[in-house]
Amino acid sequence: MITTGEIALLMLTGGGLLLALTVLAEALRARVAPRASPGVETFAARVQSWWAMAVLLALALIAGRWGVVLLFALAAFACLREFLTYTAKDRGDHGALALAFFVVLPLQFLLVAMDRPDLFTVFIPVHVFLGLAALAALTGPPARYLVRVAETQWALMICVYGASHVPALMTLDIPRMGDRGVLLIPFLVIAVQGGEVIDTVAGRRWGRTRIAPALSPRTWEGAAAGTAGAGLVGLALAWLTPFGPGGAALMGALAGALGLAGTLVLAAVKRERGVKDWSHLIPGQGGVLDQTAGVLFAAPPVYHLVAWAWA
Amino acid sequence: MDLRRSLHRLATRAAGDAIVLLCKGVTAVRADWRGIAPMPGRRVYFANHTSNADLPMIWSVLPPALRSQTRPVAAADYWLGNGARAFFGRDVFRAVLIDRRLEARREDPMDAILAALDEGSSLILFPEGKRNMTEAPLLPFKAGLYNIGRARPDVDLVPAWIANLNAVMPKGEVIPLPLIATVTFGAPLHVAQGEGKDDFLSRAAAALAVLAAPP
Repeated sequence: MITTGEIALLMLTGGGLLLALTVLAEALRARVAPRASPGVETFAARVQSWWAMAVLLALALIAGRWGVVLLFALAAFACLREFLTYTAKDRGDHGALALAFFVVLPLQFLLVAMDRPDLFTVFIPVHVFLGLAALAALTGPPARYLVRVAETQWALMICVYGASHVPALMTLDIPRMGDRGVLLIPFLVIAVQGGEVIDTVAGRRWGRTRIAPALSPRTWEGAAAGTAGAGLVGLALAWLTPFGPGGAALMGALAGALGLAGTLVLAAVKRERGVKDWSHLIPGQGGVLDQTAGVLFAAPPVYHLVAWAWA
Repeated sequence: MDLRRSLHRLATRAAGDAIVLLCKGVTAVRADWRGIAPMPGRRVYFANHTSNADLPMIWSVLPPALRSQTRPVAAADYWLGNGARAFFGRDVFRAVLIDRRLEARREDPMDAILAALDEGSSLILFPEGKRNMTEAPLLPFKAGLYNIGRARPDVDLVPAWIANLNAVMPKGEVIPLPLIATVTFGAPLHVAQGEGKDDFLSRAAAALAVLAAPP
């Protein structure tokens, strides 16, 4: 186990950072007491949720390949559940949707765990894409056929295909990395999440120009800061990667920018469907999809870039 | 004899916990207490009915302290249909069983319902009387809700809208889809002085249907 040292160090820094944030949240709470400020309470709830996520990720990393695959399979399940709650469907689609949840999703993650990039990169975009369309034609009515099929496929691509490419990072055969490929997972997750936090904070403070005023309060200033910040996070985590300091900074910035694009895309879907949050599963942060959209969106391109440039 | 009884109680509790776990695990069902707080008190929760999963859903989102005081009003001809159903209907849900077949009735169903309320229980009622298979949001309500409101005017009649359950498990399907369901509880209703049956029932149906839309 070459990775044990890195994972321990990562957990120590992550735990220290979260501890600092917890202290900060409690200090803010004490300052506004006895009145309760909604902003402070939201922040405190967020820090608590980050604790939970960090602990889950740490446990998965310790458990190894199957633990990581299982964690992201469960996350994909939660995301798919939230997404498909709001898509167009017909009673005749019941079988196809059950197949998506109980066959396509587990099979995709099984292919990742079995280290079959030749299959997991094409299974959903090619085979499921065609197969579910045929099944829906056989079992469902023609009304809104294309909308139903397309929305189900979209949900699978974002929630299952995207999520599966996070654990897929550890299957990459990178020279001189050995079994340390698993460390690319916390690298991606922390860079994207860090970029999102910096975007939110910087956007609130300096944001002027809305990116898409009809969709979200995000600003170009915030996004620039978030991308740069994700680059700095990447630089700070360069020791986890084979990229070198410059490469890690670039990769972090790219992941951060992709993550921000992902949250914007999912914000557009939410706005169209008239929902504020995908669900209420995570206190203070809405649904699992609200929290992971950026990572899901960034994972496939990052996977392919690493595969092309380093593996 | 005592051992059998405690084993039975254990099985009942385990089955109840399993139902809650299944409902929350599969559909992540959530309560939205929009018009009333989840506080103890004698209430009749009346809900829309599209799926066999409606009863376990609304039962699962009640906080445990309230759940133990709440009994569904259900059809005896269905729930006593076989041994497993009888176990869940009579022992786990502790349903107030009403026979829908007039010829098989031995007592007035209202007596059993009022007796349960007088014992301090709250009730879950599906006033449409059967599952709604139509495109309309609600079927016409049966008179029971009005009669309860008249006979026990101090009981809160609480509308509870169960969303998305029809897509989770349409009639005839065996595998439930894990889609997110919400139970929205509205503000309590009471039968007003001199209010007629039809007026009250349409007011109750409107109070329930309005919960289908987000706030």
